[in-house]
Amino acid sequence: MTDETAALTLSAQNLCRQYGHHMAVQNVNVELRRGEVLGLLGPNGAGKTTTMRMLTGNLAPSAGSIEICGIDLLDKPQEAKLHLGFLPEIPPLYHDMTVDEYLLLAARLHRVDKHTLQTVLDNVKQRCGLEAQSKCVISTLSKGFQQRVGIAQAIIHNPDVIILDEPTVGLDPNQIREIRSLIRELGVSSSVILSTHILSEVESVCDRVQIMHKGRVVFDQTMAELQQQGTSLEAVFTQITQ
Amino acid sequence: MIVTIIRKELSMLFISPLAWILLALIQLVLTWVFLVRLDAFLEIQSQLLQIANPPGITEIIISPVFAMAAIILLMVTPLLSMRLLAEERRNHTLTLLISAPVSMTDIVIGKFLGLMVFFLAVITLIVALAISLRIGGALDFGLLLSNTLGLFLVTACFSALGLYISSLTAQPVIAAIGTLGVLLGLWVINLAASETDGWLHYISLLKHFEQFNQGLIDTLSIAYFILFIVTFLVLTIRRLDGERLHG
Repeated sequence: MTDETAALTLSAQNLCRQYGHHMAVQNVNVELRRGEVLGLLGPNGAGKTTTMRMLTGNLAPSAGSIEICGIDLLDKPQEAKLHLGFLPEIPPLYHDMTVDEYLLLAARLHRVDKHTLQTVLDNVKQRCGLEAQSKCVISTLSKGFQQRVGIAQAIIHNPDVIILDEPTVGLDPNQIREIRSLIRELGVSSSVILSTHILSEVESVCDRVQIMHKGRVVFDQTMAELQQQGTSLEAVFTQITQ
Repeated sequence: MIVTIIRKELSMLFISPLAWILLALIQLVLTWVFLVRLDAFLEIQSQLLQIANPPGITEIIISPVFAMAAIILLMVTPLLSMRLLAEERRNHTLTLLISAPVSMTDIVIGKFLGLMVFFLAVITLIVALAISLRIGGALDFGLLLSNTLGLFLVTACFSALGLYISSLTAQPVIAAIGTLGVLLGLWVINLAASETDGWLHYISLLKHFEQFNQGLIDTLSIAYFILFIVTFLVLTIRRLDGERLHG
């Protein structure tokens, strides 16, 4: 039991979020262990992005609690955010900066130690395949490379929890494959939450899947369980959300 | 953390040609004013000698330059402050700062100080202009100091207000126009007051700056400026926090 709680990197209990009278997210529970990749699925407007923004401290929940590596996000946001990497739906890129300048800024913002900055930078560029683009201005890069810079920004400080909102949107099939293998790789040492519309992506990358519908989590199972039952994810998805 | 934000703001500012063009233009206009005043001074110099207690070069040349600089900076600040938050919001880059382990206060104060470092460069250039007069005569350093302090404080007020208005919108242009409108309003508001000690005089930025321009370092004016700056910085922090809470 103690082993299990130690491995718990993210735990959100009874998250709720209201916009006026509209309940965008209701009683959502998310638990994540080290080395786990969680797929967050759901139709548009199901509350996935709202949930992710709450988990990363961009939006305060109306009710509920969030703990990251045992640190309460609402009580000690700065300490908790140290363990967090976030790639929003639209990558937060400064288009006038070069890749190096931008990643250096991201590293400093996440308090990467001054002496290791250069190694960290080289390391993350190598992982995301950005070595040749170091000196390029971000606005001149293609969508795929911009997406990679976005991912590099999220993982530069080796966070325990990585949250990626639709990371493969707008990429070509080769880039999608590369990003997927990168996510798998990240899932070994950290925990990853991945939101997506592509069911095959979840099947190939994730260990566990949660489906959200109308602000609630309506389905939560591991991929192994799903395979045992012999049902396909697509059948489950259409059945639940239609 | 504040230092990281200041560095980022400055590098963003100097990557774009805007900051350089503004620096050059400000210097060009002020040097022009400076030379015109110098010319006027040289013309009336012989007459001045006949007066018992003649005004010095600092009073005749430098004070008008600083008065002009305040008006120019009033018009320039909106151009620079508009991007601080409005552009970040439009480009969705604010998420990067908010997801990082940086407090809202650090973000706001870092952005404010970043802009102030830029204005410090502008003011240093103006002071350099004044010091060049030492070649031909003695300067009244007290008057120069009060002018510099006054200009710095009044620009800090412009920046704080600009930052706040920038936090209200996602459209940089609207932020610029809004800031310019409010600043001009606060600048000339005392013109509406007919009596000399009307309350409108107390909220006019121009009235307070005039004191410094004449060489009077008035604690009331300093208090007003500092209160003004702190108020708008706090409002900006509250605004960003409110967005997170009520989004």
